[in-house]
Amino acid sequence: MSTETLDPVVVKPASEPLFSKRRRKFVLDPLSDDNPITVQVLGICSALAVTVKLEPTLIMSISVVFVMVFSNLLISLLRDLIPGRIRIIVQLGVIATFVTLVSEVLKAYNYEMYKVLGAFVGLIITNCIVMGRLEAFAMGNKAWDSVLDGFGSGFGYAWVILTVAFFRELLGSGSVFNIQIYDASIMPTNGLFVDSIGAFIVLGLIIWIQRTKSGYVEH
Amino acid sequence: MQRSNTYVLIFTAIMTVVIGGVLSLASQFLAPAQKKSIELDTKSQILSAVMQLNKKKDDVLGIYDQRIQSFVVDYDGNPIEKDKKGNPIIPEDVNIIRNFKQDNIDRELPVYKFMSADDPNQVEAYILPLYGNGLWNKIYGFVALEQDLNTIKGISFGHVQETPGLGARISDAEIQNRYKNKTIFEGSELVSVVMLKGEKRDPSLFGPHEVDGLSGSTLTAKGVNAMLKDYLDCYKGFIEKTKN
Repeated sequence: MSTETLDPVVVKPASEPLFSKRRRKFVLDPLSDDNPITVQVLGICSALAVTVKLEPTLIMSISVVFVMVFSNLLISLLRDLIPGRIRIIVQLGVIATFVTLVSEVLKAYNYEMYKVLGAFVGLIITNCIVMGRLEAFAMGNKAWDSVLDGFGSGFGYAWVILTVAFFRELLGSGSVFNIQIYDASIMPTNGLFVDSIGAFIVLGLIIWIQRTKSGYVEH
Repeated sequence: MQRSNTYVLIFTAIMTVVIGGVLSLASQFLAPAQKKSIELDTKSQILSAVMQLNKKKDDVLGIYDQRIQSFVVDYDGNPIEKDKKGNPIIPEDVNIIRNFKQDNIDRELPVYKFMSADDPNQVEAYILPLYGNGLWNKIYGFVALEQDLNTIKGISFGHVQETPGLGARISDAEIQNRYKNKTIFEGSELVSVVMLKGEKRDPSLFGPHEVDGLSGSTLTAKGVNAMLKDYLDCYKGFIEKTKN
């Protein structure tokens, strides 16, 4: 489903600014035109599973951004050393290491969220967005570019699931970040939004709006 | 570029050692904090059967140390201090899940006595753990009995993945409050408290051993009933011994 191809390594002068136009594109593109969830349709499983409430969604977003940035960085630094034949397993090993670190830290310092997110933090390992970026980008680009790319895709994932979670928590539980906005006397909460169906609805609407704006059509 | 097999093997070996090293260091380093988190979580759950806790503000561990006295009993209600292998038992560390899988008579049964704040020798409630099968996955909780070991003072339920909006409501305070002041004995017979089918939302309709059901989650309710009965049966020996 992905339309990504390996970006060509551009030979550039040594003094390219840290946030040159080309580099800004790495961060900004995945936010809308090349969004991992709405355009590439990756990472849907976790987008449905963890978005019942905003708090776990935020923790999940931070975890994914962390894992993406650091595994992109590490793979990019090692890209000339990694033997091509075992590159996939090396990428997997690197991702799994960072994910395990995140999960252990959560268990130590935010046990509540560790229980709520449960297996889904561990499942970041199998999130196609992370491995997709390592294979498509970090294996062929310099470290700083890869870090920016990691931030871009991470934030692209984060804003979509946070938006989904915002509507699901507001309509399904009547609250935002566990702060009660309205109770049943004003408007009954909608159980549909607590279920994954709610995520499909919100996600579908986001994709619809975005593709109407950008004119993107899947071939 | 095609690397030689030797290179691949050496690369893999180094990577494995480095990753393994990083992870074991992290695990070692985080272990104390993790242990503390788990302890805090267990103790909050135990206390939540008798009081509303605000996790951010309340000093859960302080309250726990001050108010809770814990010990382990066997099926006949006799206190036990050592497990089958002869190791000392710490009530908070008793693995409820492992015990759940054993026959009732073989279980190690922790009891948490909630002492009065004014008189540390006065028992205010007996808190007992619960564990069982819900509709989709495990359910668990704690039930607090008043001094008479008959009236329910409070109950707390948790679940792994009951249906949101239906069975998952067992973790709502509204549902748990329905158990308050219900009694588990009819004369000398242990009858437990049963959650009925259907939801009427009128507390006056229910007897001392019944609570209102959850609309649309009869199977979760069945699990809750079975869990409560199962564990109260286990503790029957202890209850009868303590009463006399």
